Amino acid sequence: MPILTEQEAKALLTKVLSYSKADECEVNLNGSEGGNIRYARNAVSTSGATTRSTLVVSSAFGKKLGVATINEFDDASLEKVVRRSEDLARLAPENPEYMPFLGPQQYAPPSKEYVDATAAISPKERADAVEASLQIAKDSKQTAAGFLENSTNYAAMMNSHGLFAYNTSTSVAFNVTLRTTDGKGSGYASKGYNDVRQLDVKKATSIAAQKAGGSAEAKAIEPGKYTVILEPAAVSVLLENVLFAMDGRLADEGRSFLSKPGGQTKLGEKLMDEKVTIYSDPHNPLLPTASWNGDGRPQEKMVWIDKGVVKNLYYSRFWANKKGVKAVPGPDAMIMEGGTATLDELIKSTEKGILVTRLWYIRTVDPQTILLTGLTRDGTFYIENGKIQFPVKNFRFNESPVIMLNNIEAMGIPERCVSGESNNHYLLPPLKVRDFTFTSLSDAV
Amino acid sequence: MSAMGVGAIAIPKSFLLGREIDPLRAAYEAMDVAQKKQLADAALNAARAKGATYADVRIGRYLNQFVSTRENKVQGVANTESFGAGVRVLANGCWGFAASDNVTKENIAKVAERAVAVAKANAKIQGEPVQLAPQRGFGEVSWKAPIEKNAFEVPVKEKVDMLLAANAIAMGAGANFVNSAIFAVNEQKYFASTDGSYIDQDIHRIYPTFNVTKIDQANGKFDTRRSLSTPMGMGYEYLSPSADEKVTGVVTRYKKRYDMLEDMKAAALDVAQKIKAKSVEPGKYDLILDPSHLWLTIHESVGHPTELDRVLGYEANYAGTSFLTLDKWQTKNFNFGSKLVNIVADKTQPGSLGAVGWDDEGVKCKQWDLIKDGKLVNYQAIRDQVHIIGEKESHGCCYSQSWADVQFQRMANVSLQPGKEKRSVQDLIKGVSKGIYIIGDGSFSIDQQRYNFQFGGQTFYEIKNGEIVGMLRDVAYQANTQEFWNSLVDIADKDDYRLGGAFNDGKGQPPQSNAVSHGSATSRFNGVNVINTARKI
Repeated sequence: MPILTEQEAKALLTKVLSYSKADECEVNLNGSEGGNIRYARNAVSTSGATTRSTLVVSSAFGKKLGVATINEFDDASLEKVVRRSEDLARLAPENPEYMPFLGPQQYAPPSKEYVDATAAISPKERADAVEASLQIAKDSKQTAAGFLENSTNYAAMMNSHGLFAYNTSTSVAFNVTLRTTDGKGSGYASKGYNDVRQLDVKKATSIAAQKAGGSAEAKAIEPGKYTVILEPAAVSVLLENVLFAMDGRLADEGRSFLSKPGGQTKLGEKLMDEKVTIYSDPHNPLLPTASWNGDGRPQEKMVWIDKGVVKNLYYSRFWANKKGVKAVPGPDAMIMEGGTATLDELIKSTEKGILVTRLWYIRTVDPQTILLTGLTRDGTFYIENGKIQFPVKNFRFNESPVIMLNNIEAMGIPERCVSGESNNHYLLPPLKVRDFTFTSLSDAV
Repeated sequence: MSAMGVGAIAIPKSFLLGREIDPLRAAYEAMDVAQKKQLADAALNAARAKGATYADVRIGRYLNQFVSTRENKVQGVANTESFGAGVRVLANGCWGFAASDNVTKENIAKVAERAVAVAKANAKIQGEPVQLAPQRGFGEVSWKAPIEKNAFEVPVKEKVDMLLAANAIAMGAGANFVNSAIFAVNEQKYFASTDGSYIDQDIHRIYPTFNVTKIDQANGKFDTRRSLSTPMGMGYEYLSPSADEKVTGVVTRYKKRYDMLEDMKAAALDVAQKIKAKSVEPGKYDLILDPSHLWLTIHESVGHPTELDRVLGYEANYAGTSFLTLDKWQTKNFNFGSKLVNIVADKTQPGSLGAVGWDDEGVKCKQWDLIKDGKLVNYQAIRDQVHIIGEKESHGCCYSQSWADVQFQRMANVSLQPGKEKRSVQDLIKGVSKGIYIIGDGSFSIDQQRYNFQFGGQTFYEIKNGEIVGMLRDVAYQANTQEFWNSLVDIADKDDYRLGGAFNDGKGQPPQSNAVSHGSATSRFNGVNVINTARKI
């Protein structure tokens, strides 16, 4: 099914609701249209164009709720999915945590998530962009592997209490790895935007090429505690784990890094350096996101960490009601305030340290402290006297972002980046951090 | 953005509650095979007419069921359904793919034409033309997973009752929180190709799991113990306990039948012990690794680096490449591990997640050697790659997660063969003077060429002078793949052999998940570096 306009979505959802015989019914509709090209070994490997839509119907009788999904949209299928959700609900036990669906909500006007130029990307434009990227790889006698993907997305919801919400967005993401032909050097660059006009495939590829060339013949240095400069892509995969763990219920229940003995939490306490302010804002022009979330709650600007102090947690509607607090939903994106330094200036100000392009295979080792492990990848360099001196072999680290955010030496200018782990988009600065813990060496290039 | 907490089990956010029967089961009945053949022929003919030299079509209905609970509450029951078709073609020597959820004869032909157009558009940036290994057609054939009880036909009430009964056991034994869930998957896949195959397959998978949390109220510490179940390529029969399928020892572990109630009781006792256990002293230890743990180490350090697409660089931008480069394989003498290391790839093992009759490009599935007596002897390869390693037939390990995604090389079941001599776990432990016995998988991370890894676990038992002396906590081990497999000195025999596995192994861009099992018997690795993971914030 193609992308539906607001009026078309409203008509479809009204039709779905007309089949409902439940006490309450809520319908979520999501769809996307897009394409991608994947390349490797300096040639295209796979590419695709896919249109997908999913309809989720939630029906409730009293506190009994049933949910069913479908991706077929003829009248018979629509009625079938409503009946299926009702059959589920009728036979379900009561859920004591059930919350009635929301009534009509006031949402801020849509942010600038949708960009015509991105929606209009053609297969030829994708192929041309990849061709240009491949040319840089060939010119620098390196081997490229990369991925370019764009999509146009829409989401709509409606319920039997009169709530209706609609949103459209566009997205383009590009990431590329260049490797020297002898396999001794590897470099990476990743960019993602709502507006394709901000994407410079050639520039990103050139950065990856430069890192690949520069990282060949890496030297092994001893693992241990080092001052590191983490580029935004590396910062993203660490910081997102802090945000993922800011659930109010887990903190209240005593099973999060924010829990204290005896059922108290660290909400309101200073846990990090005062340079640390982390927030979300659907209307940030550099990182626009939706003004409502999947259960119909408004998404508003929200400060999570304010000058190192834990300011807000997010809650399910049930838990917020039980605790008598505002039911703040989890954010769609994360922004961290930064400084004014460029990456080059951060390097220049460093007596001894390590520049990290990318971190990889991040996993939680201990949720009590958010101890994370993972490895550096695709461009790790030793800095001395304000200059990159030589490439170093990759390291495994074991570090908690909470500890790391207490050790900030300097911050650069925030820029938009994409997490290589979650694919979420963020606006984050490069960080210079002291005493970052590398625990072993890796032979990987 | 999702917020996955320590106690959470990953299921879609909005899935809630349950039912006693599936009143719409008729809607899940597979489409008539004759109808699917007509649709497939429409796609294949359209692709040929537009100039494709090869085409295949996959028409699939994908069903999932999630039942999840916490403590004494059912949190969710939902059935999801997705139906559509994907067409892959070779034109001008280049692959093209297109997919749609509108599966009519007219539209599927248009999808095929779109796939040809994509292939032709990309041919200008294609390097070497695709060389597809020849594959004979099998005509009209079918394969069904050999299940005894279809999980989708078991009333949801039965599942809910079992999960809540299990939760009550944990809470009664002193747990503070418990989450439990059953996931069931049914892939109804129809594959047809211009080679003359029309393959109808019915695939089932099941994963019952739980996570028990204990909090020490005095100091605020919390810890968890996850179930020792594993996802299986089975029906609901996996949840019918059988004494013959149990392995007893410090804790009971399971082969092809799982006893959730028994394991829940054990978990509640384990976590109470674990939270008060001694924090490990870092250093070198001999590790005794249970199959419920070792499967993940095999997956990451053997399964992935032997995937030929990684070796060749197709995953360089995402999942990574491999240290097992072609030159090492070409020597026929690359020392991957000790002589005890015999590792096979397999797409046929009954009850495993990877078992099917034919893969997603119409190749009959089989078993083959990857590591023989410690030497690297082969890779995992599909039709457009096998010529690179001088073979004429694909290994049959091509897979796509859905009708909407293009198929590519995915991991077969990759398993360590048990020891040939009669050896029990107790025999292994007896010889260890300073060691740790690890059960269950935990945190895991490995570099992009699969050299350096770090693994945690669920429970850790300290071994001193051949005896288990108590539990440890804060344990993770770091090693280099080749050094680690060369430190394998002892393996239990086939009586201890069990499968572990992953429901959602990720690879590719856009990312796709694959389900895969890994078998092993308890094994001993000497002198592995153990770190302490406790920190203060």
